[in-house]
Amino acid sequence: MSEREMIRIEHLNKSFGDLHVLKDINLSVHESDVVCLVGASGSGKSTLLRCLNFLERKDNGNIFIQGDNIMPKTHDMNEVRQRVGMVFQHFNLFPHKTVIENIIEAPTVVRKVSKAEAIAEAKELLKKVGLEDKADVYPSKLSGGQKQRVAIARALAMKPDIMLFDEPTSALDPELVGEVLATMKELADEGMTMVVVTHEMGFAREVADWIVYMNEGQIIELDRPEEFFENPKEERTKEFLKTTALK
Amino acid sequence: MPSFSHFFDTLISSKGLFIDAMMVTLELTVVSILIGIIFGLFFALLKISRIKVLGYISNLYVFLVRGTPLIVQIFILYFGFSGIFLISDFWAAALALAFHNGAYIAEIFRGTIQSVDKGQMEAGRSLGMTRSTTIRRIILPQAFRRALPPLGNQFIIGLKDSSLAAFISMNELFNVATTLGSNNFDEMTYLLIVAVYYLVLVALLTLAVSLFEKKLAVSDR
Ligand SMILES: Nc1ncnc2c1ncn2[C@@H]1O[C@H](COP(=O)(O)OP(=O)(O)O)[C@@H](O)[C@H]1O
Ligand SMILES: [Mg+2]
Repeated sequence: MSEREMIRIEHLNKSFGDLHVLKDINLSVHESDVVCLVGASGSGKSTLLRCLNFLERKDNGNIFIQGDNIMPKTHDMNEVRQRVGMVFQHFNLFPHKTVIENIIEAPTVVRKVSKAEAIAEAKELLKKVGLEDKADVYPSKLSGGQKQRVAIARALAMKPDIMLFDEPTSALDPELVGEVLATMKELADEGMTMVVVTHEMGFAREVADWIVYMNEGQIIELDRPEEFFENPKEERTKEFLKTTALK
Repeated sequence: MPSFSHFFDTLISSKGLFIDAMMVTLELTVVSILIGIIFGLFFALLKISRIKVLGYISNLYVFLVRGTPLIVQIFILYFGFSGIFLISDFWAAALALAFHNGAYIAEIFRGTIQSVDKGQMEAGRSLGMTRSTTIRRIILPQAFRRALPPLGNQFIIGLKDSSLAAFISMNELFNVATTLGSNNFDEMTYLLIVAVYYLVLVALLTLAVSLFEKKLAVSDR
C-alpha cells in the first residue's frame, strides 16, 4: 500500500438550493486504493463523485488532488480533469463517432497527441478491454457491456491517475455486468486508484480496499471490506446491509 | 378560367422566361437559407450562452421576426439597407429573407442543441475538453444532424416566402407571373402557371427531404 495521497477531501459541503446533499465529508484515498462508495439512492454518492472531477461545484471545504488544493481561481479545471477519468452509468459515448474516434477524441484535441499515435494507443486500450475488433463500429451497434468497456478505454486514453466510476453496471442487463466488472478488476490489479459507486456488493467485497457507506449526505462508516460486511460498527450500516442481498 | 389547351400552350411558350425566374427564386432561396443558417446558428449559440444578456438578445431577434409580417420586414430592410449601403436589389432581398429565415432556423438549432443528452457535455468535460470545444466537436455535430429534416422544411417555406421579393421588384417567379399576366391581359393563366412551378419545386424538395430523412433513420446510431 502506497502512502501517497491521491485524493483528500476536507469538510466538503454541497447543497442544491435548500437540499443539503453533502454534509461535512472527509475522506482520503491513497495511491492504488480502490474505494467503493455504497449507500441508498439519493444519499449523495454521485454528487460526491462529481465534486471530485469538478462537474459539480463544491460549496465549501477542500478537495486535494495529488496534493494540490484545487480551487477554480487557481487551477485550470480542464487540466485537473485530465488527471481524473470518469465513467458514467449511461456510458455517454459520442454516438456520431466510431469506437476508435471516441477514444482518440480527447487525446488529439486536448493532449495534442498526433492522430497516428492516438490511434496506436487506442488500439492497445481496445485490446485491453477485449474489443479490438470493434474499432470502426458506431456505439449503437454495441451491447451495453461493450459500450461501457469502450467508455472505460476512452477515459483511460487520457492517462488519468485516478478513475471514478458512477454505477458503471447499473444500466446493464445482468448477463453483461460481469464483463465490465472484470475489466475494472483488471484495472484495479494494475494499480489504478479508483473510486467506484456501486451496488455490486460482491465486487466491493472482492476488489475494494475500503468501503465507504453513505447515508443522507454523510459518511456513516469507512472500513475494510471484511470488517464492513462481517462486523459493521454502525446501526445504520447493519440496516443497510440487511436490505442489500449479498451477491 | 382559361381552357386547358390555352393554359398548356402558354406554359410551353413562356417557359424560357419562367425558367430564368425560377433560377432567381432558387438563388434567392438558397442564399437566404445559407445566410439564415449562419444567423440561426449565431443566435442559437447566444441563446445557450451562459451570459444571460446574450440570450435576451436572441429572444428579442426571434420575437421581432415572428411578431411582424414578412412583407413588413422586407420593406424595412430593403429601404433600410439600400438607404445606408450601396447594395443590389438581390442582396437586399436575400438579406431580408435571411434575417427572417434566421429566426426560425435559430429556433430549430436551439431545439436540437437542447435535445442532445446532457451526458454528452459531461463526458466531454470529464475528458478535459473545454465547454466550447465540447459544444463545437460533440454537441453541434449531433444537433446539426437532427436539424437537417426541419431545415429542409424551412427551405420549402423559404422558397414560397421568396415570392414576396416581387414587391421589391426582384424578377423571381411571382413577379414574372404577374408582369406577364398584366401585359397579356391574362392574369389567371400566368398565375396558374406559376402555381405549377411552385408545386413542382416544392414536391421535388419534399421528396428530397423525405428520402434524406429515411437515409438518416437507416444510418441512425
Ligand atoms: N443537479 C441537481 N439539482 C438538484 N438536486 C440534485 C441534483 N443532483 C442531485 N440532486 C439531489 O441530491 C440528492 C443526492 O443525489 P445523488 O448524489 O445523485 O445521490 P445518489 O447518487 O447517492 O443516488 C438527491 O436528493 C438528488 O435528488
Ligand atoms: Mg447516483
